[in-house]
Amino acid sequence: MKAFTAILKRDLRVAMHRKVEVLSGLFFYLVVATLFPLAIGSDLDILRRIAPGILWVGALLSSMLTLGRLFEADWQDGSLEQLVLTPHNLSLLVFAKIISHWTLCGLPLVILAPVLGLMFDLPIEFVLVLMGTLLIGTPILSCLGAIASALTLGLRGGGVLISLLVLPLFVPVLVFGSGAVESLAAGLGSQAYFSILMAMLMPAVFFSPWACATALRVAFE
Amino acid sequence: MTLPNRLEIKNLSLSRGGRQLLRDLSFSLNPGEWLHLQGDNGIGKTSLLRVICSLAPLDEGEVLWRGQNIHEDLPLYLKDIFFVGHKLALKEELTAFENLAIECALMGVPAKDLDLKQALDHFGLKGREHVPLGILSQGQKRRVALAKLKLARAPLWVLDEPLVALDSHTVELFTQLLGQHLTSAGMVILTSHQPIQLSGLGRVLMLSR
Amino acid sequence: MELSGVERNKVGCQWDNGHSKNETDKKMMGFFFKYAPPQAFYRLSGKLIPWFSGAGVLLTVAGLWVGLGMAPTDAQQGQGYRIIFLHVPASWMSMIIFMAMAFWSFLGLTFKTRLSGMMTAALAPTGAIFAFLSLWTGAMWGKPMWGAWWVWDARLTSELILLFLYLGYIALTSAIDNPIRRDKAGAILALVGSINVPIIYFSVTWWNTLHQGASISMTKAPSMAHLMLLGMLLMALAFWMYSIAVALYRVRTLILERESATKWVQSLAEVVD
Repeated sequence: MKAFTAILKRDLRVAMHRKVEVLSGLFFYLVVATLFPLAIGSDLDILRRIAPGILWVGALLSSMLTLGRLFEADWQDGSLEQLVLTPHNLSLLVFAKIISHWTLCGLPLVILAPVLGLMFDLPIEFVLVLMGTLLIGTPILSCLGAIASALTLGLRGGGVLISLLVLPLFVPVLVFGSGAVESLAAGLGSQAYFSILMAMLMPAVFFSPWACATALRVAFE
Repeated sequence: MTLPNRLEIKNLSLSRGGRQLLRDLSFSLNPGEWLHLQGDNGIGKTSLLRVICSLAPLDEGEVLWRGQNIHEDLPLYLKDIFFVGHKLALKEELTAFENLAIECALMGVPAKDLDLKQALDHFGLKGREHVPLGILSQGQKRRVALAKLKLARAPLWVLDEPLVALDSHTVELFTQLLGQHLTSAGMVILTSHQPIQLSGLGRVLMLSR
Repeated sequence: MELSGVERNKVGCQWDNGHSKNETDKKMMGFFFKYAPPQAFYRLSGKLIPWFSGAGVLLTVAGLWVGLGMAPTDAQQGQGYRIIFLHVPASWMSMIIFMAMAFWSFLGLTFKTRLSGMMTAALAPTGAIFAFLSLWTGAMWGKPMWGAWWVWDARLTSELILLFLYLGYIALTSAIDNPIRRDKAGAILALVGSINVPIIYFSVTWWNTLHQGASISMTKAPSMAHLMLLGMLLMALAFWMYSIAVALYRVRTLILERESATKWVQSLAEVVD
C-alpha cells in the first residue's frame, strides 16, 4: 500500500514539474474540437448534432497522444526495471500509474468538455450527460491504453502503433459514450447507457492492471 | 525452519539473438561471499545478471534461492534481491531525498527521514538533499543511486557496473559499504571493468568465448 | 580463484527438442505435446498439408457447384445474391481464425511453447485476408442492393473492426525483433482482442439499431432454402481446409526461420544446397 501511494505521488509530483506535457494533451483536445467546425461549416444545427461524437473522438485522440508517455519515461531512466523488481504486486503498482495517467490526462478532458460544448451550442443537459460519459469512459481508455502502451514499449512507431491497437478495442465505449447524448436528444433518456458504461468500466479496472503487468514483464525479455 | 540464504545457479544455458552466450554454467553463492563477473563487452555479463534478477528468461537450467526455483515464488525472491543497473532509476525532477523515500517504499523498507539523510550524507551529499536531481552532476547522481544501497535490507545485491563515473573517494566509500554488507551475511554479484578490492570470500568469474 | 564458465559455441543438440521447464507437467497431455517441439511439428505438418489442400479443393468445387449451379434464384435479389457463398463463409472464417489465434495464444502463455506463437502468427495473415474478403464481397453485394459501396451495416462494421484487430496484431508483431517478446506480446494482444470481439459486435449492433442503419443480411430472410445453407456450409468448410493448409505451410516457414541455427534444420533436404 505504501508503495502504491509512493508511485502515485511520484508521478503526480514529476508531472507538476512537467506541466507543459500535461497541458499539451488538453490543448490538443481544444485544437481538434476547433478543427471540425472549420472543416464542416459553422451551421449550429449540424454542429449541435455532431458535437457529442466530435467531443468523444477528440478525447480519444488526445488520450492516444498521452498514452505513449505512460511508461516511456520510466523505461528510459530505469525506474520501470525497478518497478518490475519490487516484491510488491506489480498489478497494484501499475494501477497506481493508470490512476495517475487518468488524473493528469483524462480528468482534465472531462473538465474542459463543457467549454467545448459551448463552442457547439450544446444545451446544458446534454453537456452534463456528455461529461458523465466521459468521466466513465476516460478511465476505461487509460486502462486499455495502458495495456497497449506496455505492449509497445520501446518499439519503433510507438505512438501510432498504440492508437492502432487501442482504437478498435475502444469502439464499444465510444459507441455507448456518444450514444448516450443521442439517446437523450431522442427523448429516450441515457440511464441504460450509463449502466452499460459502468459495466465496461468494472472489468477494465480489474483486468487491465494485471494484463498490463504481464505485458511489462514481457517487454523486458 | 528457514533455509539459509544461498544462491545457486545450475546448468544455466542462455542465448540471445541466436547466439549462445552461456552454456551449462553452475556456481553458488553463500552469505558473506561475492562474485565478480568479468569479460569483454557483449559477452553476456549483463544478460546473466538479468537472468539472476528474473528479468530475462533462460533456456536451460535453474536459478535457486534457498533451494527453491526463483520462479516458484517470485515475490519472495524479489524481497531478498536488490538490483542496481546501468541506469540510475531516479527522477530528475525530484530531489535526492524524495527519490530515496520512494525507493524505500518500493523496497518495502520503512525508513525515517533521519535514515535517508544519513545515507545521503554518507556519500557526501550533505546540503544537496533537497535540490532537484537535475541540477546535480553525473557523479553526484550516481552517488544518490548508491545511497540506496545503504538503505537496502535485501541480502543479495546484484550490481551492474556500479563504479562508472565515480571518483576514487566514492569508490572507497562504496567498497566499504560492500564490505559491511558482506560481513553482515550479505552477498554480492557485480560486474565491473575496473578492478575492485573486496574483503571476504570472493571469486572472479571470467566469461570468454 | 578462477572459474571458466563458457565453452566454445556449439550449435545444435541443446535445441533439438526445445523443451522448457514445464515439460514434465505436460507429459500428461501426451499426444498433443508430442508435436509441440518444432522439429516434430515440422514433420507432422509436412504430411498433413497435402490432405488439407486436397480437401479444400474438393470442398470448393462442391460448394461452388451447389451455390452457383444448384441453389435457387432468390425471389428478391435474383442472381446477385450468390456472392453470399463467399461473403458469409469468409466472415465465419475470419472470426473462427481469430478464436483459433486466441486459443494458441492462451496455450503459448500457459505452457510457454514456442510453437504456439508461430501458429498464431501463421494464422493472422489468413484471418486478415478473410476479413478483407468479407468486406469486399459485402461491398459488392451492397452496391446493387443499396446503391452504395459501403453502408454502415452492423455486421460489416464489426467485420471492419475485426480487420483492424488483425492489422494491429500484424503491426505489433512486425515491430518486435526479439522472438520471445514478439510471441508473448502478440499472444496478449490476441487474447485481449478476442475478449473484446463479442463486446464490439454487441455494441456495433446496438449502434446500428439506434441509428436505424441498413442491414445486409440473408439469414434474416424467412425462406433460407436448404441448398443455400448447404452451399454456404460447403464453402465455409472449404475455406477452413484452405486456412489450415496455408497456416501449416506458413508455420513451416516460420519454424525454418526461427530454428535456422539448429542441426536438424541445417541437415534438411530443403535447406542443404
